Amino acid sequence: MESDNKNIGWSTSEMAQKVAMDIYDGAYVNLGIGIPEMVAGFIPEGREVIYHTENGLLGMGHVAEIGGEDPELVNAGKKYVTAIPGAAYFHHADSFAMIRGGHIDICVLGAYQVSEEGDLANWSTGNPNDIPAVGGAMDLVAGVKTIFVITKHTTKTGESKIVKQCTYPLTGKNVVSRIYTNYAIIDVRDKQLYVRELAPGVSFEFLQKHTEATLNQ
Amino acid sequence: MINKIVNSAKEAVAGIFDGATVMISGFGEAGSPVELIHALVDQGAKDLTVVSNNAGSGHVGLAALIENRQVKKILCSFPRTAISVVFPELYRAGEIELELVPQGTLAERIRAGGAGVPAFYSPTTVNTPLAEGKEIREFNGRQYVMEEAIHADFALVKCSAADKYGNLIYNKTARNFGPVMCMAAKTTIVQAKQVVELGSIDPEHVVTPGIFVHRVVEISNPADESKLVAENVKYHGIRQ
Repeated sequence: MESDNKNIGWSTSEMAQKVAMDIYDGAYVNLGIGIPEMVAGFIPEGREVIYHTENGLLGMGHVAEIGGEDPELVNAGKKYVTAIPGAAYFHHADSFAMIRGGHIDICVLGAYQVSEEGDLANWSTGNPNDIPAVGGAMDLVAGVKTIFVITKHTTKTGESKIVKQCTYPLTGKNVVSRIYTNYAIIDVRDKQLYVRELAPGVSFEFLQKHTEATLNQ
Repeated sequence: MINKIVNSAKEAVAGIFDGATVMISGFGEAGSPVELIHALVDQGAKDLTVVSNNAGSGHVGLAALIENRQVKKILCSFPRTAISVVFPELYRAGEIELELVPQGTLAERIRAGGAGVPAFYSPTTVNTPLAEGKEIREFNGRQYVMEEAIHADFALVKCSAADKYGNLIYNKTARNFGPVMCMAAKTTIVQAKQVVELGSIDPEHVVTPGIFVHRVVEISNPADESKLVAENVKYHGIRQ
């Protein structure tokens, strides 16, 4: 596939902004490590969102300021963070009861691949030289009510990340609700993909050309 | 008279035997009982099976225990971090065994071990490689994987304050696996930043009731593991 045209589509910040627009007032939200963490910076004024971090904190605040770091107050990515007034700490079994028990409303995750049926692969590339590590990803997709994926539309080498079937080991099957890429926002409904919004300069034809999976308008 | 307080980390880890299963609290550096782990390095018990969320950072704490070749197997959810150097090397060399367990499953298997529940069904890992070889059962139209409880001979846990009955409170996200690990071990060994008088922890605020705790040692100025890792400190142990 031809390489991405750098002049079209959304920037990573704009993608995070698009996700933030879809997080409603009063939602309990878990943000994955990396790009998903950026979403918190774009929640519109007037919406109150409570962030859950699976290592035992509900009501996570912003990243700790330099000099204010507490090694015993970290997020799932082991970054130093803060807690808001009204926050609660709890142990790991309770934290994953919140996840597995369906109490968390929205989780935003990164992806290696998403299939047209909403399968997600985001924990392993299957490379035998890699050290296997899964963390909380499989628990999150199994238990959180709504899973949003935020990812570049293609890999660095230009291959589609939205595929007919994941070739990487699955994190979960039929779990993704919506995909936010630099080219489009795509809904997964009844095991099919529907384009919800195209980024500036992106046509449906261009999007389909850069997507292995079949898209519906 | 009940008094679970012991005088040193060395005394606290006494009796940990070769081949024991040892749970170690902590999420990365937060809540990791560095002084107890170093006392176990000094003590030298080997062929240990360790249950811990991560596999250690740098060359201190759990990484030092692994580097000292005392661990034959580890159950963990995330052994790969940017500053994890010891585990990856031994794993690639085939010198340490890994059972990869999703984080929530790990927590619940430990909780089940402490609660007398031998197994449970979880939706996590269904249709993934981590469910291979496990019993799958359907409830209300959805598939679940059977997961078995984990028990340990010993748990090494860090907390912020303890009394002589073993009642514990923790600090912020350093709580993580501590409370469930205390429940799941035959002998639970705790390092507390502060040992306090009976009654000074409000019973409403006790996080781990003392029945789950067997030995407590006060380590009033615990090492900041992140700092040790950043400074590339190596713990080699003290020959006994």
